[in-house]
Amino acid sequence: MSKRLRHYIDLILVLTDKEMKLRYKSSILGYLWSIGHPLALALVFFVAFKVVMKIQMDNYALFLICGLFPWQWFQNSVTVSPTLFLNNASIIKKVNFPRNIIPFVSVLQDMIHFILSILVIAGFMLAYRKAPSVAWIYGIPVLLVIQFLTAYGASLFIASINLFFRDLERLTTIFMTLLFYFTPVIYPVSMVPDKYKFYVNLNPLGPLMISWRGLFLEGKLETQTVSIAMLYAVLFCALGSFVYKKLSVRFGEIL
Amino acid sequence: MNENAIVFDRVSKSYPLYHHIIGGIKRFIFNLPGAIKAIKTSRYEALNDVSFEIRKGETVGVIGRNGAGKSTTLGLIAGVMQCTSGRLTVNGRVAPLLELGAGFNHELTGRENIMLNAVLLGLNISEVKERIESIVEFSELGDFIDQPIRVYSSGMLARLGFSVAAHLNFEILLVDEVLGVGDQQFQKKCYDKIIEAKKSGMTIVFVSHSMPEIERVCGRVIWIENHTVKRIGETKEVVTAYLKAQENNG
Repeated sequence: MSKRLRHYIDLILVLTDKEMKLRYKSSILGYLWSIGHPLALALVFFVAFKVVMKIQMDNYALFLICGLFPWQWFQNSVTVSPTLFLNNASIIKKVNFPRNIIPFVSVLQDMIHFILSILVIAGFMLAYRKAPSVAWIYGIPVLLVIQFLTAYGASLFIASINLFFRDLERLTTIFMTLLFYFTPVIYPVSMVPDKYKFYVNLNPLGPLMISWRGLFLEGKLETQTVSIAMLYAVLFCALGSFVYKKLSVRFGEIL
Repeated sequence: MNENAIVFDRVSKSYPLYHHIIGGIKRFIFNLPGAIKAIKTSRYEALNDVSFEIRKGETVGVIGRNGAGKSTTLGLIAGVMQCTSGRLTVNGRVAPLLELGAGFNHELTGRENIMLNAVLLGLNISEVKERIESIVEFSELGDFIDQPIRVYSSGMLARLGFSVAAHLNFEILLVDEVLGVGDQQFQKKCYDKIIEAKKSGMTIVFVSHSMPEIERVCGRVIWIENHTVKRIGETKEVVTAYLKAQENNG
């Protein structure tokens, strides 16, 4: 292994280890934090749509949980991205290390939390007398990679641009709220009117979220949906890397 | 040619005054022609036509007033910036001595921070493991090393930072005005370490406002003024001229 690659990996290990230590310093409480938010959201939507508005769906709580956990991972990764480089200004100005490691590790640690929270999803499945499927064994890794690339690309893009346009942070928050309601997370695609169904695939997160839920609830991965999600992942990653490459030589000047 | 660790050959560095766009997307878009014009025309000359050579194993001081371009010079050597024109050659790995606590995390212990910092600076995990005991010993932090560093005093943070940088064993060490903190005894230890590094053939670039420090450590001095080299030469000579110029101005 080349020395450069070895160092790259070591950087990722050390930084991820740091994030894990910080998050789980108070062990069990750290874990509860990271699952608490999506669970609270699930409760809110359950009350609003099932209890009050009486949506015609079985197992709506389980449905929500299967969508909200993956969404929460993406949301967390993107929401922190504007400040990633800003918060590390002192070290970026002095040390010449590969800066894209910072968003990489940020998304990676969110992914690890998500993986841990799959236990919660499995628990809910059992409570609803459904068994986790064998398809999870290959389906989860595939979707993990797709979502990682998507989130990493977005995070790299936003973190880089935000150094130059510092109000991107607020735009990101607004944009994420819009994206959440336009993505079939709290409602199924089948309820989207036919004339709008086409637009679901135009939403970069749509196919991915649909795939997660299909995998968790029915143990199914649709090739077409997964392919579209993969395409978006590659696009995001390419765009993020391109912008990072163009702008990173100027990071030292602007911070 | 191989004898040189750092060569600046007519190096200039300028950059746009970014405040035009840091104001935000909103301002940028609603004032697009003006903003683009401002970026193109208003450039800040941080360094202008700077040439010098630093030989391997030399210890060179960089002096000059605030804003003269010392930090830009170090930034270029460290590779966090790229020059706008000219040629810049750096032979060897660069270890920047970080300002207080940069790259440290306050919730982690001293020992965990050593690992974090040393890997950020360019060591592999296995290399840090080999050195960690001597780093801990050098820092003289005792039992504090396993405490989160938020309980450290600024002097203790400086010790930790210096101890890491001193044990990287890279070819080039950049010291930027960081030894002012820490108690007398540890400061002395730092200087001893710098002199030891010097003897072992390390190239050291030393930025400071303290002339006695410069005189103690450096063989040659580069005086930067108005974004360009005003004078290069023997320490004594340049420092005397610098102090004289300061008096006349002040």
